[in-house]
Amino acid sequence: MMTTQILYALTGCVIVALGLRGALLHASLLQRIVAINVMGAGVFMLLIAVAYRGPGLPPDPLPHALVLTGIVVAVSATALALALARRLHAEQDDD
Amino acid sequence: MKTMTLHVFDGLLLLSIVALAWASLATTDVRRSVILFMAFGLVLAVAWGRLLAPDVALAEAAIGAGLSGALLLAAVHRQPRPLSPVSSNDSRHQGPNGLSIVVRWAVTLLSAALAGTLAWALLHAFSSTPHNMLPQAISGNLAASGVSNPVTAVLLNFRAYDTLLELAVLLTAVLGIFSLGQATPGYQPAGPVFDGLVHWLVPVLILMAGYLLWVGAHAPGGAFQAGAALAAAGVVLRLAGRSRIGLPDGSALRIVMAAGVGVFLLVGLSLLLLGRPFLGYPPAWAGALILLIETAAMLSIAATLLLAFLGGQPESTGVKAAAKQQREEISL
Repeated sequence: MMTTQILYALTGCVIVALGLRGALLHASLLQRIVAINVMGAGVFMLLIAVAYRGPGLPPDPLPHALVLTGIVVAVSATALALALARRLHAEQDDD
Repeated sequence: MKTMTLHVFDGLLLLSIVALAWASLATTDVRRSVILFMAFGLVLAVAWGRLLAPDVALAEAAIGAGLSGALLLAAVHRQPRPLSPVSSNDSRHQGPNGLSIVVRWAVTLLSAALAGTLAWALLHAFSSTPHNMLPQAISGNLAASGVSNPVTAVLLNFRAYDTLLELAVLLTAVLGIFSLGQATPGYQPAGPVFDGLVHWLVPVLILMAGYLLWVGAHAPGGAFQAGAALAAAGVVLRLAGRSRIGLPDGSALRIVMAAGVGVFLLVGLSLLLLGRPFLGYPPAWAGALILLIETAAMLSIAATLLLAFLGGQPESTGVKAAAKQQREEISL
């Protein structure tokens, strides 16, 4: 049990909560997308903190690989969400 | 003394991360929100470096902050007025977003409860005896994986199936974007200073992509970071108003998009025919097979990210581009 690990993991929890609150409360679709990305970053921070095992020790590579995958999936989901939002507005403008 | 300095650094880093996340979500100005989110991503990359995760730091800086930021900023640019609220017509007298104070507080409390539960679960997990079986299994089998960077070994060998499916997710996302419409119109040609920068930046980015791909076998790097660097070269060309941004036309584009999943599957199925498990590389070939898959994956990832930045299916250069240029010349 290490203070560094706990400090970063708890910050990850706070960021997940901030992102969730933003995603639920924001009216603008674009800001909701930003908020979901912030929430994802919080989850990444939890995983990286869990992988950290102290200075001088090699960290656990498995969560690192998970987060790398997560970052790439997050950006593709963001791109799809933005395309959906753009189409949604184009449809609204037609009405 | 050294640990003391490190604690101060940790504290400042975490404070700025939380402050940037909060500031990015507290504002209702979309452009400000996106720019703060990009800063948040860059500071996160520093945190990943601090937690000895350089592979993730590279990916975060290039993809999380860089390309996500470019995507979001392009979306803000296309939508100068704030994106219309979901329900704006009948609830003006309530809070700024048309939500009552009660709802806002309920959501805040719900989020806080979630954070509390997560923190409780984590502290519980930390206080139990740590399981070192997986990290030990990874380091024990690293010699047979064909690479010496443990993160690459996990991504391309031990959990190659996950990465194959991830590339399938990328392909699905870009097909979804294609089905939603055409690419957005390009940008104005850049001024001389930016144009001069492009001449330097694009070759350097391509070189960097090649280096990251190669070095990923034994040091931080790999197909994702390399693909992001390659996509960044295309984004720079696009921002400079070039009509050719390195994407092939027609069926060649489709082949590049599917190359990552295709080569991965071909390697897996060939191994099945040779009597090995799906994606169970023979140790002697593992390094070469991983490099082959990563090269294809890099091209697919770069094409996907660039197409995501275009926001749709590109008009085929050639006839349409010539017609467009003619239109622009007439309007000038």
